[in-house]
Amino acid sequence: MTPNSSISRRLTFLLACVAAVLSVLSWYMVTEFARQAAERTQDNILEAAATIIAEALRSEDGEVRLELPYSAFSMLGAISEDRVFYHVATGTETLTGNAPINANLTAPTTGQTALDTITYQAEPVRVASVTRVILNNQAPVPVTVSVGQTRNGVSLIANDLSRTAGIFSIAFFVLAVGLSAIVARTSLRQLKVIAEAVGRRGPSDLRPLRHPAPEELAPLMVALNSLIDRLARSLRQSEDFITEAAHRVRTPLATVRAQAEVALRRVESADEKQRMRQIIRAVDESSRSAGQLLDHATVAYRAENVPDNRVDLAFVAKVATDALQPTADMKDIDIGLRTEETVVLGDRVLLESALRNVLDNAVKYSPPETSVSVTVFKADGFGQITVSDHGPGLGTAPYDRYTNRFQRGENVGGTVGSGLGLTIAKDVVVAHRGTIELTDNEGSGTCVSLILPLA
Amino acid sequence: MRYLLVEDNQELAEAVVNRIELDGHAVDHAASLAQASDCLAAADYDLILLDVMLPDGDGRDFLATRRDVSETPVIVLTARSQISDRVGALDQGADDYITKPFDFAELEARCRAVLRRRGGAAKNEVKIGTATFDLTNGTLRVGDDIIELRNRELRLLEVFVRNAGQILSKTQLVDRMFSYDAEVTENAIEVYVGRLRKKLTRAGARIETVRGLGYRLHGS
Amino acid sequence: MRFVDFAIGLGLCLLGFSAHALEIEEQRSYAGSGPVVVRILSTADLAAFEPFITTFQAQHPEIGVDYTVSSSAEVYRAIQGGARYDVVISSAMDLQFKLANDGFAQTYSSELTDRLPSWARWRDLIFAFTSEPAVAVVSTELFAGLPLPKTRQELIAILRENPERFVGAIGTYDVRTSGLGYLFATQEARISDAYWRLSEVMGRLDPALYCCSGQMIDDVSEGRLALAYNVLGSYADQRLAEPGNGGMQIIEFDDFDNVMLRTAIIPKTVTAPQEAGLFIDTMLATGLRQNQDDWVLPPLAASNTQQLSFGPIRLGPTLLVYLDPLNRRAFLESWQDAVEQGL
Repeated sequence: MTPNSSISRRLTFLLACVAAVLSVLSWYMVTEFARQAAERTQDNILEAAATIIAEALRSEDGEVRLELPYSAFSMLGAISEDRVFYHVATGTETLTGNAPINANLTAPTTGQTALDTITYQAEPVRVASVTRVILNNQAPVPVTVSVGQTRNGVSLIANDLSRTAGIFSIAFFVLAVGLSAIVARTSLRQLKVIAEAVGRRGPSDLRPLRHPAPEELAPLMVALNSLIDRLARSLRQSEDFITEAAHRVRTPLATVRAQAEVALRRVESADEKQRMRQIIRAVDESSRSAGQLLDHATVAYRAENVPDNRVDLAFVAKVATDALQPTADMKDIDIGLRTEETVVLGDRVLLESALRNVLDNAVKYSPPETSVSVTVFKADGFGQITVSDHGPGLGTAPYDRYTNRFQRGENVGGTVGSGLGLTIAKDVVVAHRGTIELTDNEGSGTCVSLILPLA
Repeated sequence: MRYLLVEDNQELAEAVVNRIELDGHAVDHAASLAQASDCLAAADYDLILLDVMLPDGDGRDFLATRRDVSETPVIVLTARSQISDRVGALDQGADDYITKPFDFAELEARCRAVLRRRGGAAKNEVKIGTATFDLTNGTLRVGDDIIELRNRELRLLEVFVRNAGQILSKTQLVDRMFSYDAEVTENAIEVYVGRLRKKLTRAGARIETVRGLGYRLHGS
Repeated sequence: MRFVDFAIGLGLCLLGFSAHALEIEEQRSYAGSGPVVVRILSTADLAAFEPFITTFQAQHPEIGVDYTVSSSAEVYRAIQGGARYDVVISSAMDLQFKLANDGFAQTYSSELTDRLPSWARWRDLIFAFTSEPAVAVVSTELFAGLPLPKTRQELIAILRENPERFVGAIGTYDVRTSGLGYLFATQEARISDAYWRLSEVMGRLDPALYCCSGQMIDDVSEGRLALAYNVLGSYADQRLAEPGNGGMQIIEFDDFDNVMLRTAIIPKTVTAPQEAGLFIDTMLATGLRQNQDDWVLPPLAASNTQQLSFGPIRLGPTLLVYLDPLNRRAFLESWQDAVEQGL
């Protein structure tokens, strides 16, 4: 991805463009509105002035007379410093005035006001005209009063407001650009959050993303999820391949074992029986090794990204114990379970597998009719699962030997086992930032402790 | 006991059927999920042994759909040993699972454990003296009292009950009782027979020692 | 140029002048070191105005000044008639305003025009540089034994009660000929009803009518008049300051002041616009000073420091009202009825 294609910058730019258009538009509208308002104000005042003057018209001694009302001119002077023109005419005859501003105007009908803009002395002049009929010598005489004003005030007010609006528009634009940048970054934070959510995932976590995302990001999520799905499918295919391979091996092994058991019942000679037992043991050993190898691979893979789920070790112990109970029953081995709620952070499946391997070893190596005890407790900020048996013990070899691959205790004799069990347990515990301890169980048997930091 | 084995591998299925029949159980075999459905529609089973990889689908999906309809307990036979896979089978309603290849003694133990957990299954009882022995879940009672039997004593009793009236040699007992991962001596058999004999006196039954040949259960 | 003809015709008609040459009262040329001359047409006496010219030439010795004095009506008529001057100064605000409004003035702006308060200018066309109240002047001798009036009401009462003393001894502007007199009269009439009562009282006392403040003040100081009403305070102050003028008192009424702004415009006919602007700047700089010092014409600040009830006469279109021929005719009719009764 090159910096040029930064979505944030493009978004900011786009929003800024929108802001610019809005700024110019608002400026134009305010300016236009101001101009119209100023013009309307002037028109109103011109109309009022013309009307006030027209109302002052009267007939006296056979002639139309007029005393210009002071208020009319006072009004005109109040809004702006504009030049004022007025003209009063009876028909075509000028009664009074300071400029012929009615020259090009058509007299409005009585009672109406006419507004027009003319050019007088090279300046635009707004003119309001009112016609009133005066009875003079019993004869109606129409008198037209025109009041005009230059438009400097209007442009001044309009320009003033336009300038103010311009400043506001620029301020708005600057603010909008700032906000755009923030908005762009905020919107993209969602994207970042999703990216981080993807980044935090372990390689094996191929569940679809369920992160709440703005609907605009939905296509991205869909694409991402379909990618994850394809990845998961291809990974599942390789898992399936391993599984299929295991199936291919294990199924014939199972067949052989079943047939061997049947044969064992049917053969009479001790030699034959012995051979059958050997076959069965060989099958068991290879299947157990295959299982542990696969378990170990899985553990190694999962241990790279241990999630921070809350896991109660008591529950883990219960599940593992239940799973091994029937196996233990075969040898009349009692599994004593004592637990208290002990929550650690980690991967339940891994922890179960660690404990099951330890427990499996304990059951496998214990003589019949003995007991294995599983204890879960908290101590000094750590959660501990201890599995003690009354098996042959560890002998004198250093502890590390047992947790290295394929090492078996010295005293296991004919018991089937690959020696991977403790390695798996150790890997799991280390991945959970814990330790594993092997001790002699008070003279007879082994005591394995998985020690994990509490949640 | 009546089992339904759902397994597509013909050889394995035959071997398993043969092996289970040795213990006196009835087994029907289905090679696909479709056949399994047919079987389940036609007969009642005490237990289903279900392979997960079948030509017409995944056994776990079958589990998920079966579960509402049938109360028959299921033990999954899996060739996989991937950790999450095992848990998955349980989560989807299997009562237990066992990894291929399996020890039939262990399978039987698991079946019994499942049936005992489920309770309510059809009873398959035999009289031993004044006691009643439930072959399905392995309980021995006199009246309302349960005579506690340890696992090996129970399996020994089963062997005697299934071979009622026969004299069983120590070798035969060793073969039937034990899995093959440990050396079991014939002396051990004497110990278990001694214990079982003691417990059966309460029920008025007895195990006769036939010198030079083996043992025989009386009273069933 | 139809509108010019129209305007000229209207102007002549309204002021009742026939077409004749400018009536010059005073004229003086001040040579500069350079060839350029600023031609000024003004209503201010040379005596009162000369300090401005001196100040100007001190700053710009290269510019010559030609100063012509005439009456406000003459000044108006001349500019409307197209006479070529560079600066036009008048005490008749209304006529000055009308010139600016009707398009005879040139725009000018500078740093100094920007500094003028809004009431002292109208657009960039007309600029005030003095503010001068109308006052009454009384002869100490002829007024002896009478209280000095503080308001116009008191003046009316005094005049009514002592007709014998004031007959033929009152002077005021002949508003028909004096532009400033007409401006003061119309503004006063607009502001207060007392104006017409006072006019009637004065009318009964056979008032002497004058064209200019100077003559009225002369007659008071020389004992020919007991009272001169509505004279320019600035002139009165100046006369009072001269030696041997102790027999005169100035009355500024408390009820309201009628304050005139002396204004300048640059006419459209200007030939030396740059120099005209410089001259305006000199006047404004002087007008914007805070104290009068020994100048005859007071600064603009004079009308700020005095507490005015109405402020100076406003520069704006209302000044057009009484210049309208119909209004002027009506006002003069009323005035004549009041002032020239029964004689």
